[in-house]
Amino acid sequence: MTAVPPQTTQHMLDVRHLRHTYGDGPDAHAALDDLSFTVAAGELACIVGPSGCGKSTLLRTVAGLLAPGGGDVLLHGTPVRGVPADLAFVFQDYSRSLFPWLTVRRNVEFPLNWRSLPRAERRDRAQQELERVGLPDVGGRYPWQLSGGMQQRVAIARALATEPALLLMDEPFASVDAQTRFELEDLLRRVQRERGTTVLLVTHDIDESVYLADRVLVLTGAPAGLLADLPVDLPEQRDQIATRESAAFVALRAEVARLLRTRSPGARSPSGGRSPSA
Amino acid sequence: MRGWPVVLAALVLGEIGTRVAQHPFFPSPSAVLATAAQVWLTGPPQRLLLADPVFDDVLPSLARALGGWLIAAVLGVTCGVLLGRSRTALDYVGPLFAFARAIPPPTLIPVFLVLFGIGTRMQLATIVFATVWPVLLNTVDGVRSLDRVQVDTARSLRTPRPWWIGMVVLPAALPDIFAGLRLSLSIAVILMVVSELVGAANGIGYELLLAQRQFDFPLMWAWIGLLGALGYGLNALLLAVERRALGWTALHGTGR
Repeated sequence: MTAVPPQTTQHMLDVRHLRHTYGDGPDAHAALDDLSFTVAAGELACIVGPSGCGKSTLLRTVAGLLAPGGGDVLLHGTPVRGVPADLAFVFQDYSRSLFPWLTVRRNVEFPLNWRSLPRAERRDRAQQELERVGLPDVGGRYPWQLSGGMQQRVAIARALATEPALLLMDEPFASVDAQTRFELEDLLRRVQRERGTTVLLVTHDIDESVYLADRVLVLTGAPAGLLADLPVDLPEQRDQIATRESAAFVALRAEVARLLRTRSPGARSPSGGRSPSA
Repeated sequence: MRGWPVVLAALVLGEIGTRVAQHPFFPSPSAVLATAAQVWLTGPPQRLLLADPVFDDVLPSLARALGGWLIAAVLGVTCGVLLGRSRTALDYVGPLFAFARAIPPPTLIPVFLVLFGIGTRMQLATIVFATVWPVLLNTVDGVRSLDRVQVDTARSLRTPRPWWIGMVVLPAALPDIFAGLRLSLSIAVILMVVSELVGAANGIGYELLLAQRQFDFPLMWAWIGLLGALGYGLNALLLAVERRALGWTALHGTGR
């Protein structure tokens, strides 16, 4: 890691002028265009944008899985080169992300294997994480024996087992049914509050982004640039029914929807963000 | 288990047919079994009744086949993992492998005879050369089939190399590796016999040829029967190991 002068900001994640283009020549496809934003420690930020706008590229770049074409990603003020130590990733496709040859417990234990922890302690940690996501009794089973929602819980438990400071989630609830999605959303908010983990979650679901987030970052279509940065002024304790019918929620989701509908390549608001009217 | 009555029926038919035909080249199954028992199972009780040919021929043969197969397995899996994970290596050596693999291994026995002389080293070389390709190429396939999300998952968890190979790459490739190992095991038995027919002073193939030259046809058929039984037993053993190792694919849809 390169030494970098200490940052004046308190931001955990600082994304600066990020660009990325796939391919070159006439076939080049720009995925990210001069994207800048920050995420504070302990914040749950949602990135919402249309499908195929470069959200996943952004997340893979932040995770260090993909080297950006230009710009910088700073985590704790240090440029990201390769996957940083205290970061975890939850993928949309839980069935491909969990290792089918390992039991649920061994999947959760997996990232602890190369830490100098006694075996018993590894097992305890895995069990604790499984209990935290509401799956105390399935450790001995295989992931593919569980429902989709349970599998994504296991994936979340595995990500949390490493005690990451930053949790990146790429459309984590897009492949489960609506009821399960509500449960998982509440689970994520609860766990995030308990652990103080900073979360950056990508979704194409406007309602989900407003319901989950402390802050919603709205992206324009490909190449992705920041359209708006909206603080979510909803009560800390959220409820799937009461929150979703509150005036503040309805106003905010309408604002995000309007932004996404009227987005045009030339009209980009400055990234300073504006408060929702609610 | 439904196949056993058919085996029994074939034996009965063979018994009737050979008794009717009375041809010296086709002794009855019962005569073959009697010879087999007499040759292999008349040893001292402290050796479980196993007679000298078991120790002088059967076990050396098995040791060659299994030894060569194990060497090929280690070699094939190691090279297969390295080649499979490299983007370009197989582009370079692929044509060479395709050529080497297309050579019928028995044709190399004369070469290995010159290189190593009659004996175990020549036989091992033949068996290893014949059995390494299925393992190697299947391992490459298995390693290449690794899911992109699994690769990203392992990377995002900063999986160090030993765990990456041992807990992700190899398990993912294991169904393909076992397919290669099964194929190789049957090839190993074939090459064991062929190499013993040509260049050995003991072993099942050697004794088989000797029995034929001495017109001891019941004994010759006994050795042939033993080869079938050994091949069947080894394959069953490997299948049992495979079922244990690949338990996770039993209900999982991706079991290939």
